[in-house]
Amino acid sequence: MGITAIPMLVSLYLSFTDYDVLTPLSEVQWVGWTNYRQMFTADPSYWHAVTVTLSFALIAVPLKLAAALGVALLLNRSFRGVGVFRGLFYLPSLLGGSVALAIVWVSMFNREGAFNSFLALFGVQGAPWVNDPRWALETLMVLAIWQFGAPMVIFLAGLKQVPIELYEAAAVDGAGAWRRFRNVTLPMLSPVIFFNLVLETINGFQGFTSAFVLSNGEGGPVDSTLMYTLNLYIKGFVEFRMGYASAMAWVFLVAIALITVVLFTTGRFWVHYSDAEER
Amino acid sequence: MKRRLRILMLIAILAVVLYPLLWMVGTSFKSQSEIANNVGLLPRDFTPGNFAAGWGNFDVSFGRFFLNSAMVALLTVVGNAVSCLLAAYAFARLRFPLRGAWFAVMIGTLLLPGHVLIIPQYILFRSFGWVGGDWPYLPLLVPQFLATEAFFVFLMVQFMRGIPRELDEAAKIDGASPYGVFRHVILPLSRPALVTTAIFSFIWTWNDFFRQLVYLSDLKDYTVPVALTLFIDSTSVSAVGPMFAMALLSLVPVFLFFVAFQRMLVEGINTSGLKG
Repeated sequence: MGITAIPMLVSLYLSFTDYDVLTPLSEVQWVGWTNYRQMFTADPSYWHAVTVTLSFALIAVPLKLAAALGVALLLNRSFRGVGVFRGLFYLPSLLGGSVALAIVWVSMFNREGAFNSFLALFGVQGAPWVNDPRWALETLMVLAIWQFGAPMVIFLAGLKQVPIELYEAAAVDGAGAWRRFRNVTLPMLSPVIFFNLVLETINGFQGFTSAFVLSNGEGGPVDSTLMYTLNLYIKGFVEFRMGYASAMAWVFLVAIALITVVLFTTGRFWVHYSDAEER
Repeated sequence: MKRRLRILMLIAILAVVLYPLLWMVGTSFKSQSEIANNVGLLPRDFTPGNFAAGWGNFDVSFGRFFLNSAMVALLTVVGNAVSCLLAAYAFARLRFPLRGAWFAVMIGTLLLPGHVLIIPQYILFRSFGWVGGDWPYLPLLVPQFLATEAFFVFLMVQFMRGIPRELDEAAKIDGASPYGVFRHVILPLSRPALVTTAIFSFIWTWNDFFRQLVYLSDLKDYTVPVALTLFIDSTSVSAVGPMFAMALLSLVPVFLFFVAFQRMLVEGINTSGLKG
């Protein structure tokens, strides 16, 4: 507990100083709101990183959840080998966050990579994806979506909980496959969708490894993969502006807390709990 | 017919999902010239030379990096298993002042992003002289021995809540102290939660990059993920094969865990949050 709480308070203090690691702690200068002011008004790279991170999370998270739900629906039957399928779909979630996989990804999506030779089969000349500022972040999104196995497993567990009688009743009322999905599966699954959404959003904001590997720790090409956490790393551990980085960390923390609160607030309007009383 | 369509779709998706992994395996066995002009799945010439080349590509052999990674991961497993178990026992069974409040704080740290925590932690450990010290793994390992992995504490508390209190009572009547209850009732019954904690501590630490990147600065202390990034610096084409070979090797331990504990990994942790 002390390992977590005390450093956090120290860092709150340091975010109002010019601490740069090299000067001893006793000589740091109190600079008031300077770090925060600079961050919000005088540091274009800060806002750029915010934009990159937001677009990453806003695009990758919904697509990942959609892939997870789609495959979970296909797998939600009993047939021989269903366990093997489930295990293999889950495998990328176990390996995908590693440096090794990020390296493979970068090689697959460079100019002479496997993806472009696949496109060449159809006579399409692909972009140099990872070296192209317009596409580099998208390749990282694909890497994130590829790891849909973890939310998929959670969806599968949720689908098993939907009472079969509801589907039978809907079928008796003449509901087709789409209506059953829309009016039975989705509402019954909404608590699980919500759980996955919160979890994956928080994860999505913290993407670091793949962006680091793709850009060799610099956020390139042309800052297109400068995720918030990578920017934080550069400011704190490359430029050693620890006071500034502390301020960035605190804003990040507050932002994630706010986003979680927003998710929970909107969740009240679309998440259906079977055991809740009618309001 | 519909059933067959469903399975066909699943196979098609699976092929796309597994392609990067299979391509990685194939490329590790391609010769240097083949990597440049054959991006297909299988090598025309099966050459294991990349593994030897990658192993000795830097001044320090990859064997050392693997040993470093294994040491960090195994000590993390021990630290998490012991400290989280004790903390969980305290939360689940012992009475102490402000227990509810401490529990809430512990759960609160679950939401704290690791990237936010690392700056103050770094400053603290640096003031202790641990960063770049004689044994640079202290900052990576000490927190693991202090039950800072709230996720595992929470997991074990939930598990222990499922152990009937009557067993504790019976042991107490037989004269067991709180320690005795822990040693003879809780510990043996908590084995499934301990195994889960151990496996996931290992996999997460083995794959972890950010913290190791921040704290390890000397080549001989590098762990596998940090060492792998060195390949990116050397942009020469000749390093691609060895890079793939070493990247592939680095995934082997996690893959073995996957093969051995597949059911548990898939069903265990992900769904544990959903059951009562």
